[in-house]
Amino acid sequence: MRLQLSEEDEAFRAELRTFFTTEVDEGVRATVRDRGELTKDQIVATHRTLNAAGLAVPHWPVEWGGKDWSPLRRHLWHEEMQRACVPPPLAFNASMIGPVIAAFGTQEQKERFLPPTANVDIFWSQGFSEPGAGSDLASLRTAAVRDGDDWIVNGQKTWTTLGQWGDWIFTLVRTNPDVKKQAGISMLLIDMRSPGVEVRPIELIDGGHEVNEVWFTDVRVPGENLVGEVDSGWTQAKFLLGNERVGVAPVGATKRVLAQAKEWAAATRSGDGTLLDDPHVAVRIAELENELMALELTALRVVANSADGKPHPASSVLKLRGTELQQAVSELVVDLAGPGALAFGTGEADSDLPVWARRSTPTYLNLRKASIYGGSNEVQRQIIAGTILGL
Amino acid sequence: MDFELDEEQQALREAARSLLSKRYADFETRRGTVADAPGFDRDTWSRMAEMGLLGLPFTEGDGGMGAGPVEVAVVAEEVGRVIAPEPFLTSVVLAGGLVAATGTAEQRAELLGGLASGESLVALAHAEPGARWTSTAAGVRAEQGDGGWRLTGVKEPVPQGAEADVLVVSAALPEGGTGLFTIAGDADGVTRNGYRAPDGSRAARVALDGAVATPLGEAGQDQATAIAAAYDGARVAAAQQAVGAMQVALETTAGYLNSREQFGVPLKRFQALTFRAADLYVAVELARSLALWAAMVHADPDTSAEERTTAATRAWAQASKAGRLVGQEAIQLHGGIGMTAEYSVGSYTAHLTTLDHLLGDARHHLARLAATVGDHAEVDPLG
Ligand SMILES: Cc1cc2nc3c(=O)[nH]c(=O)nc-3n(C[C@H](O)[C@H](O)[C@H](O)COP(=O)(O)OP(=O)(O)OC[C@H]3O[C@@H](n4cnc5c(N)ncnc54)[C@H](O)[C@@H]3O)c2cc1C
Repeated sequence: MRLQLSEEDEAFRAELRTFFTTEVDEGVRATVRDRGELTKDQIVATHRTLNAAGLAVPHWPVEWGGKDWSPLRRHLWHEEMQRACVPPPLAFNASMIGPVIAAFGTQEQKERFLPPTANVDIFWSQGFSEPGAGSDLASLRTAAVRDGDDWIVNGQKTWTTLGQWGDWIFTLVRTNPDVKKQAGISMLLIDMRSPGVEVRPIELIDGGHEVNEVWFTDVRVPGENLVGEVDSGWTQAKFLLGNERVGVAPVGATKRVLAQAKEWAAATRSGDGTLLDDPHVAVRIAELENELMALELTALRVVANSADGKPHPASSVLKLRGTELQQAVSELVVDLAGPGALAFGTGEADSDLPVWARRSTPTYLNLRKASIYGGSNEVQRQIIAGTILGL
Repeated sequence: MDFELDEEQQALREAARSLLSKRYADFETRRGTVADAPGFDRDTWSRMAEMGLLGLPFTEGDGGMGAGPVEVAVVAEEVGRVIAPEPFLTSVVLAGGLVAATGTAEQRAELLGGLASGESLVALAHAEPGARWTSTAAGVRAEQGDGGWRLTGVKEPVPQGAEADVLVVSAALPEGGTGLFTIAGDADGVTRNGYRAPDGSRAARVALDGAVATPLGEAGQDQATAIAAAYDGARVAAAQQAVGAMQVALETTAGYLNSREQFGVPLKRFQALTFRAADLYVAVELARSLALWAAMVHADPDTSAEERTTAATRAWAQASKAGRLVGQEAIQLHGGIGMTAEYSVGSYTAHLTTLDHLLGDARHHLARLAATVGDHAEVDPLG
């Protein structure tokens, strides 16, 4: 056991910190700091800045731009990025489809897709969920039927995050209706500009339009866009979802918001002092800080143990607790905002209330999603109970 | 002690339910209504006036119905059940309640008469940027000159601040204390920037720049106690409004667990989910008990001001805590659909959150209660 980082790791961290705080656009970082919404251009530009420096896909195979870092270094990379308010590389590209193509794709697919995926020349969307297939993903019905070398796809996906910006969508489709449901699924890559693809926005409770329905009507997809064997899609889906879980607990970002929350509390009058002097507020912050520290240490334990790229089963702990704490901190911030939390739709109009207060309720409402997507927290408990505890 | 509504109160509930639940039977109608200015339905507001709901708590002499806190709570529950966007709580109960408590006979007749008939919308401009649920004003100052009183400073957020015909404004008095004034919404020196609150209701920043104001009640008098009492009255009604909202969010959630299928079975087959729904039921019933009790305490002429404050604080602390739980769980148990604007439970959650920050969250009120735990050996609802 060892408490301190080695000198090399310390230097590595310092270097990253300098890069993130000096090379990434200040406007983008300010938007993240203010909890604003990033534009597509901001997401893409940041991702490319990272990629140019070899910092977008360090966890990929070296051949495709990976760095062969230790799990600890990967963790430091992720944490430093969040601490510096740098939006992490687009998850659909960097953590989801990229690693799947690298692991399961043909040489041709790797050459064709991996470089533009690493650089977001292709903006990927995730087309897994359907209206009838959420937690029970394997019951999906969007069908792909062979027509010569091609596939003809019909059906509907839903909850497609940022689908309005997507160039391509990686999907799970039913290629065999006659076998056990997990055994008849394949993974297809679909160009979203193909005829027959329609994207319709869904409005969420925070007023935003980050998710969409994606409809497929007789969409022709070339056979070469199938990833892995026909009917083997469930294997790739599980691989992808395991990675999604590891990346989805944003400890670094939650820590940063909590640190900001203390500044906001200290700047808010309450009684004779500030909210930070209020013992109720202070106890709540202390509790959150401790819980976050326990989670970060757990993350460090888990990353140190994830062998040969496979997520440690305890990654469910990270997803479960990570999203709960992310939500708890957003709830703290709405409470710090107090009546200021009402000033939501100020738009261009003047408001004397600080930006963080005005954004606090939409952010709180929006983050209710964190315990739903990426394998809901109930599903994580199921995994812990079943896989880990053998119940 | 008797928690049953009498016949008249039941009739009131039926009438309010029939009007509001008919108008907002379809959730899409509410969505459409809050999307457009003024954020509520003028026609429904008029019908509420005709039914006597807008003058419910005011004396007949002031143009009202002379009903009490229990009747107000009954209506508030119906408002909550459909999260009706009409500003019953903020304009009638809160702003109207303060006018009723502090206005001169003439002011009451004029302001409450106009409010009760639905002809004039009254809003309370009390909250100030940087202040939290206090009963005093500091950011808006009152000065007396040749032309009478003038107010300067910023009020925000002011519920219905941009739509109101009359603003009831609190202000720091030159001699100390917090006074109350009325200002016409469109008066000179008043700048209003309206916006949507998270639940679709409307609020505003109201900037006053030497706006000419009329003292409400006796000029120069400190009204902090009356402001606190009006907020307490609003908390009692809001507790019942929240109970109405929670009840429907819970029913909707239970309905969803019954019908939504995953893994080839309805979600209700997963005990992990049904137990959570059961916990929500427990939370709603406990909140309902305290809310009803607080309304009775407020309706009883023999209770002291202190008892009324404590009752309001207890009821709202419980409703706030339960509302947080029910709102969060209603979304979670629905999964993705609960996050959408088109489906109702997310809006119920947004409304409960908005009420929380309008009136003070559970922790704020528990802190107030914590300061008094040394004053009594045990708590006794029967006094
Ligand atoms: C904002 C947002 C963005 C998303 N982005 C994407 C995306 O980009 N691409 C994509 O493919 N999908 C996306 N999703 C979909 C997400 O993965 C699903 O919402 C999730 O899998 C849950 O499915 P569901 O919404 O159908 O809920 P359901 O599966 O119907 O679940 C409803 C409730 O029941 C619980 N439940 C279900 N089964 C069980 C069980 N067996 N035991 C106990 N509890 C259970 C759930 O946890 C939940 O609380 C997104 C969702 C949201 C909300």
